[in-house]
Amino acid sequence: MGKRTPLYQQHLNAGAKIVDFAGWDMPINYGSQIEEHNQVRHAAGVFDVSHMTVVDVSGTEAQQYLRHLLANDVARLKEPGQALYSAMLRTDGGVIDDLIVYRMSFGYRIVVNCATRDKDLAWMNSQTDGFEVAVTERPDLAILAVHGPSSIETAAALLDQTKGEAVAGLKNFRGAELGDWFVARTGYTGEKGVEFIVPAEDAAELWEQLLAAEVKPVGLGARDTLRLEAGMNLYGQDMDESTSPVVSNMAQTIAFEPADRDFIGRAAVTDDLAAQAQGNLPELVGLVLQGRGVLRAGQTVSTDRGEGQITSGSYSPTLKHSIALARIPMGSTTCQVDMRGSATEVRIVQPNFVRFGKKVFE
Amino acid sequence: MSKIIEDLRYAESHEWVSVDDNGVATVGISDHAQEALGDIVFVELPELGATVNAKEEVAVVESVKAASDVYSPLSGEVTEINEALLDAPETVNASPYDNGWFFKIAISDEAELDELMDADAYADHCDDD
Repeated sequence: MGKRTPLYQQHLNAGAKIVDFAGWDMPINYGSQIEEHNQVRHAAGVFDVSHMTVVDVSGTEAQQYLRHLLANDVARLKEPGQALYSAMLRTDGGVIDDLIVYRMSFGYRIVVNCATRDKDLAWMNSQTDGFEVAVTERPDLAILAVHGPSSIETAAALLDQTKGEAVAGLKNFRGAELGDWFVARTGYTGEKGVEFIVPAEDAAELWEQLLAAEVKPVGLGARDTLRLEAGMNLYGQDMDESTSPVVSNMAQTIAFEPADRDFIGRAAVTDDLAAQAQGNLPELVGLVLQGRGVLRAGQTVSTDRGEGQITSGSYSPTLKHSIALARIPMGSTTCQVDMRGSATEVRIVQPNFVRFGKKVFE
Repeated sequence: MSKIIEDLRYAESHEWVSVDDNGVATVGISDHAQEALGDIVFVELPELGATVNAKEEVAVVESVKAASDVYSPLSGEVTEINEALLDAPETVNASPYDNGWFFKIAISDEAELDELMDADAYADHCDDD
């Protein structure tokens, strides 16, 4: 038996197929992954992502600590509730994890991946020397992500007036502390939506209320096809410690200004950026297969500039054909992939396929 | 618990077979197989008129999760294919034993039927999976 979130019984009640995910018993789907995917594109779905790790950072030097620890600059977060996506890098530029950091009244809240929990906490704790800072994991919290075009309205209507108005009024990438709840307009689907970070004991009631309001449960299977359509990287698949953020479309999330901010990995990613500009490092692109068949992670591709590899591939339920992310030589214009023995042409596109329910690439 | 139909024969690779009075076998994949694959998004079928051998890969099902070969449980000639699956592969999920059939073959060696499992043996086989 794996670790279970506070919503495990709710998953069983909803008919979930449970799988092991990095040591957690998690719902992969509740029947049909494609129906769940479409539900998020067309209405609203709820994901239990309580397996993800929440870490609170407080102390008088929390900001200085995070400005050193993270590739993006938390000084950009001017007021509580603001959010930032960032990589956490090794000295050599390898990506330890990607994360969201929120400015909070007490300091900062960080949400990191589940599979990387142990090494992330170890790394974060190893970097506190010289800073007056406290790094505290929050396993007492659950996370419910509610996404889809009607998600915010529906969720806001379920809450008491104060919470409801706060949720309805949230701007994108902003959160609000509502007592011991934190609610933010962030997510991983390419649709609008909110994430509720709540005490574990409040999770089941919120879940039941959402389901009663026709918000459907969505498993990790659909979460993966939704994020792939949105062109979002998955840690461990599209990037990891062996890859620079520069070869994973994450350069724009690295704050090089101000130039005197000394963040871990700065020298390495500065070099990587120059190398990529010279064409000496690959890039992460989108691939589209118009015909039949499904592109899969790990497949080798051949371009006019050399070989590359698919890092994430699946069927796009919205587009009804296969899409993928692939790391290929910079400047490639043509790309072929071996589909069950036959070399098949695929199109290279911007790594962003679907936003707000609509196709976004040419 | 997946559904297993009493009167069918089953292959270890999770195809089912139903043989009519004229020696024509209808072949599909079991409920257990479709459930394990998840949402099916593409199906490739054998050529009409092709001669196939038992245990030969003759079709492909591709789901959101993985691509998987479909093996012919029997030898013979392909007399019919379920072209409706090309446009509606999800039929295999919804109706694996009925509208989700893959192809029919005029069987050339009835003795091969004895090598297939009955429903009880197949249920045990699924439990071992």
